[in-house]
Amino acid sequence: MSMTIALVGNPNSGKTTLFNALTGANQHVGNWPGVTVERKEGQTRYKNQVYTVVDLPGTYSLGAFSEDEVVAREFILTGNPDVVINVVDATNIERNLYLTTQLLEMGAKVVVALNMVDEAEAREISVDEKALTKRLGIPVIPTVASRRRGMDELMEAATAVMYAPLNGHARLSYGESIDRKIAELKNLLTKEDFAYPPGWLALKLLEGDAYAQSVVDQSQTLQGSPAYGRFWNEVAAHAEDYQLEIVDSRYKFVGEITKDTVRRPKVAVQTTTDRVDRVLTHKYWGMPIFAVIMFIVFQLTFVIGEDLLGEVMVTGVDYIGEVFESLLLAVHAPQWLIDFTANGIVAGVGAVIEFVPLIVILYMLMGFLEDSGYMARAAYVMDNTMRLVGLQGKTFISMIVGFGCNVPGVMATRTLESKKDRMIAILINPFMSCGAKIPIYLVFIAAFFPSHGGLILFSVYALGIAIAFLMGKIFSKTLFKGESSHFIMELPPYRKPTLRNVLRNMWDNVSGFLTRAGTTIFAVVSLLWVLAVLPAGVEPYGAESILGRIGLLIAPIFKPAGFGSWQAAVGLFSGIAAKEAVVATLGMVYAGVEAGTELVAAIREVFTPLTAVSFMVMTLLYTPCAATLGTIRKETGSTKWALFSAVYTFTIAWVLAVFIFQVGSLLGFS
Amino acid sequence: MKYLSLTSLHVGDICKVARIQAGRSATRRLYEMGFNTGAQVKVLKNDRGPIIVGLGGQKVALGRGLAEKMLVGIEQ
Ligand SMILES: Nc1nc2c(ncn2[C@@H]2O[C@H](COP(=O)(O)OP(=O)(O)O)[C@@H](O)[C@H]2O)c(=O)[nH]1
Repeated sequence: MSMTIALVGNPNSGKTTLFNALTGANQHVGNWPGVTVERKEGQTRYKNQVYTVVDLPGTYSLGAFSEDEVVAREFILTGNPDVVINVVDATNIERNLYLTTQLLEMGAKVVVALNMVDEAEAREISVDEKALTKRLGIPVIPTVASRRRGMDELMEAATAVMYAPLNGHARLSYGESIDRKIAELKNLLTKEDFAYPPGWLALKLLEGDAYAQSVVDQSQTLQGSPAYGRFWNEVAAHAEDYQLEIVDSRYKFVGEITKDTVRRPKVAVQTTTDRVDRVLTHKYWGMPIFAVIMFIVFQLTFVIGEDLLGEVMVTGVDYIGEVFESLLLAVHAPQWLIDFTANGIVAGVGAVIEFVPLIVILYMLMGFLEDSGYMARAAYVMDNTMRLVGLQGKTFISMIVGFGCNVPGVMATRTLESKKDRMIAILINPFMSCGAKIPIYLVFIAAFFPSHGGLILFSVYALGIAIAFLMGKIFSKTLFKGESSHFIMELPPYRKPTLRNVLRNMWDNVSGFLTRAGTTIFAVVSLLWVLAVLPAGVEPYGAESILGRIGLLIAPIFKPAGFGSWQAAVGLFSGIAAKEAVVATLGMVYAGVEAGTELVAAIREVFTPLTAVSFMVMTLLYTPCAATLGTIRKETGSTKWALFSAVYTFTIAWVLAVFIFQVGSLLGFS
Repeated sequence: MKYLSLTSLHVGDICKVARIQAGRSATRRLYEMGFNTGAQVKVLKNDRGPIIVGLGGQKVALGRGLAEKMLVGIEQ
């Protein structure tokens, strides 16, 4: 078994970047707090040894404050990492070292990666890492993760610590009286065999840590012990003071060790960040600027992805289809196989693949914004608006992540501290239009609104946000009352996005898209193809096929919304497996009608501009895909909420689609 | 030194955190983000929306409700 290295650090300390530098893995890197929402693993090689690297969620502390913190500290305490690399942002060293003190308390083997030393230098902050190493009693290694500098030295130190016994690290004092209490409590705790070090547990209990409390509460012996009861009776009156005193002691410790090891300029260097922020977070201009930036993103996506590259992809997919067909003909393959390939796979999966360039461009642009540090500002300028609907600015981050895919979007809500905020954020996330839905819009845009692509796409996303806000408001007035949690968010400095990060962010989204095209979509299309040509003897892809009959059964539901065809019904239905399946299914059922008919042309026949709009609204809002529903179930810990989310989104989508169609018809649109 | 709420300061003011009265968990969170007693804070933006402060070379945005509950002492 390989040895394990755990990475911990504050949000935005460069932890993900360091993880990537060590493992070469494709990790999502974001220049905003709280992007690592799950534990991720990778491998690194050093001196012919393979080590497992585990990237833990970025946190400011290792208390029981949010789920992220519990995940991180559980792993350090019970996951038995052989060494912990603590990523410390050199430009903000005091606060970062606060986390380090907690690692020392845990008795973990720690190496500090003093990251962003390049940026510290630029801001004329100097850190004497040798002196710091002595004070902390653990190695401090300067690194520049984004340029892979210091990686060998870091691994050298980490492996040395890993194989040596733990010793010499600094011990904190919390003042005489608390130290004494900790010692007393520790004595009581040692009587029981806990999964955690008793000294640490004692400290956490005095800190009022709810999680540690629940661990100890389970011990019958302790609960029944008079000495234990007496101890708490004595402490009760001071409990509140102890908490803050302990935090203060950690800062005092940090203050002492940084006093003569860290030097800053007297007057902080005025940075570009300050100047740029004056504009981008402006009280009146902030919001419009955000809207304009997003609009430009969608417009550029369209111009480059569709106008420039779209045609190439269509031709490419057609060509591959022809090659396959002639190959199959050459080997005298049975007719059904040829038909399956041409009308099932090429028309179905191909319809999805054609949109890859667009998705590539969109996520490169989003990645550019994210890596630049702008997205944290977006959350900032949105806070006012979010407050109006009973939410807070940080919720907006999970919403933006949802633009990529709702699965990580829902997971990103873990950084929200109040239960209320989190539940609402989870329930509204599916309204954030994910990448998989883009092909649907694009087909309809190409069919009816080819000259207004960017505008329509922008409007679709904006409508999704508006509905999310509306539902947020309703939820916060009904199901989840109470205060929303406070807004505390770090605004990282602006950085020049690196090509590597931008490409990585893009690949993160696109690879998922491609994988699904090759797996889920392929499976769905194959299954639907079988249903479309059976029972034997009926006209394939016709209303008499099994698929047609299923479609006819559901279709009446959508009649009031203007798209009551069985094909549309089947398309929407398959979208619950994965959203790309909508276009894949439409591609298949329409391509089958008349060989060689392009999907867009077929859509133009069957839909009208008005029904196209109502269909797009339906797909934007209706029931999230199976993967998202599964994640909602996991994150809320209840099947009930997953079902609720499936049903209420469908209802809203349906009502709005019907409304658009009916009112539009009345007004004379068609 | 007299204590003021953070929201009553002006851009450019430098102050020290004196006391936070925002309830246990929020107070703790602020402490852990570096707003511990005595921490030096510089007001960077205070008009509409969350207040932005500089703290140890970092920029942090704080909701107004929270900023109101942070009592600070002005340095001369
Ligand atoms: N200048 C500089 N930037 C870095 C360094 N390490 C990471 N970054 C950048 O800091 C930002 C945040 O990094 P990330 O790895 O997402 O931080 P995390 O939140 O801790 O995972 C990204 O834009 C990185 O490119 C470094 O050593 N120097």
